Amino acid sequence: MGVITDNVGLYADGLLGTLKICGLAAVAALLLGIVLAAFRVSPVAPLRATGTAYITLVRNCPLTIVLFFFAFGLPEVGINGAYFSFGVAGLAVYTAAFVCEAVRSGIGAVDAGQVEAARAIGLTFGQSLRLIVLPQAVRAVIPPLGNVVIAMIKNSAILGAFGVGGELYSVANTLNSARGEPALPVYTGVVIGYLIIIIPAGLLLRILEKRMTVTR
Amino acid sequence: MRIPQPPVRRRLLPARSLRRRWFAATALACAVTLAVAGCGGDTTDGKTVGAGTTPTFAAGTTMAKIAAAGKVTVGTKFDQPLFGLKGLDGKVVGFDVEIAKIISAGLGINESGITFVETPSSQREGAIQQSKVDFVVATYTINDKRKQLVSFAGPYYQAGQDIMVKKDNTTITGPESLRPANAKVCSVSGSTPAEKIKQYVDASNIVLFDVYSKCADALRTGQVDAVTTDNVVLLGLADASGGAFKLVDKPFTTEPYGIGIKKGDIAFCQFINEQLTAASADGRYAKAWQSTAGKVTGTTPTLPTLATCS
Repeated sequence: MGVITDNVGLYADGLLGTLKICGLAAVAALLLGIVLAAFRVSPVAPLRATGTAYITLVRNCPLTIVLFFFAFGLPEVGINGAYFSFGVAGLAVYTAAFVCEAVRSGIGAVDAGQVEAARAIGLTFGQSLRLIVLPQAVRAVIPPLGNVVIAMIKNSAILGAFGVGGELYSVANTLNSARGEPALPVYTGVVIGYLIIIIPAGLLLRILEKRMTVTR
Repeated sequence: MRIPQPPVRRRLLPARSLRRRWFAATALACAVTLAVAGCGGDTTDGKTVGAGTTPTFAAGTTMAKIAAAGKVTVGTKFDQPLFGLKGLDGKVVGFDVEIAKIISAGLGINESGITFVETPSSQREGAIQQSKVDFVVATYTINDKRKQLVSFAGPYYQAGQDIMVKKDNTTITGPESLRPANAKVCSVSGSTPAEKIKQYVDASNIVLFDVYSKCADALRTGQVDAVTTDNVVLLGLADASGGAFKLVDKPFTTEPYGIGIKKGDIAFCQFINEQLTAASADGRYAKAWQSTAGKVTGTTPTLPTLATCS
């Protein structure tokens, strides 16, 4: 276990790197996912079709392939940029598909009478979604969204293969392959790193869930 | 019931017996070819080894054993372009293969007597220790850790970490020029070259992938300005790029490639070193290089100073 204590600095850097990637990707994925969910329940057929097409394409594509298209496809058509941006964008685009479906399930959980009442008092689709449906949907959506975010944090380990350096998993690669440290303690350190991120995230979600609960 | 089953099955499958016949025919053809080649002696590819010049060795030595058997098993890489690469035709080609041929020729064994066995990096020591091969020529860097398990003859080639850039790049001329040029450098994560380059480039300018082919792609699309690893690997990538990439050709580490043999077999080590020295003197070493890796480098290395056998 000396490997972990000797390289705490390296692990800490990796932890921060993973946090940075996941923080940015989570915000982007949530925003994009909510917009997509709105598309999927909207009364406008082309928007619905766009949302459905996005989900069909992205959710059914392995993350590796999505990332590959960002990291190697975009430069191919002349869009050059930092691999960090490509990686975060790829992760966000992929996760957004799952966020969308979680949010849509939440919208479905809101009683149809609520929507009918909102429309009856003259709210537009946008207003009823924003003011009536989504605030209620959020409660039902927090547990599945938590799952999506936790899965995303773990998925971020794959970014190391697409030129995004400095994340937690690549620390293990450096220690194990290049410096010849034994694999078992090195990867144990990585597990500890992910737990440090994910356990507090889980607790935060539970607190949120409790706060949002409305006794009916 | 069960015992008579196999012959019945065999009769039911004529294809198998046909295949057998084909094997027999091929074996016969091979034997004939061998006999002819044996009679012809040295005429096939200009090698000075024939039936009449079989060298003699002191009894009990590895050389005597191999020469008596008339065949040799050599471990090499099957996936290393220019050094040991197995083609679709099943033939392994490259500089390592040529070096193996030179050594085998010294034992009185021509090309047809050599069996090449794949020894990836992780399996080389094991193959030697378990006598699966007589020796290993497989871009095998000599280092102290490995010397505890096997012995090395040679080195027969001095590789080193180098830099590959686009053909028209003139600003990157060596590792020191990377920082001033603010160049993005690509390598494989967890590799020794990736660690080594950290002293020449800021961490934010190092891009790491899991395989070198991705680095080559990133270099092609302009995402990175340079790729770094052992020059041997870079040579293969540059060759595959069809002239789009070039090597800076200023190696800044030394990776002496040796021939791996059983630990402590000093006589065999000395014998191999003699063969290398002789091949270097009569031009076979240079010819081996020029017909393989030399096609890409243009330049021909000289045989490095051989280490003392121990």
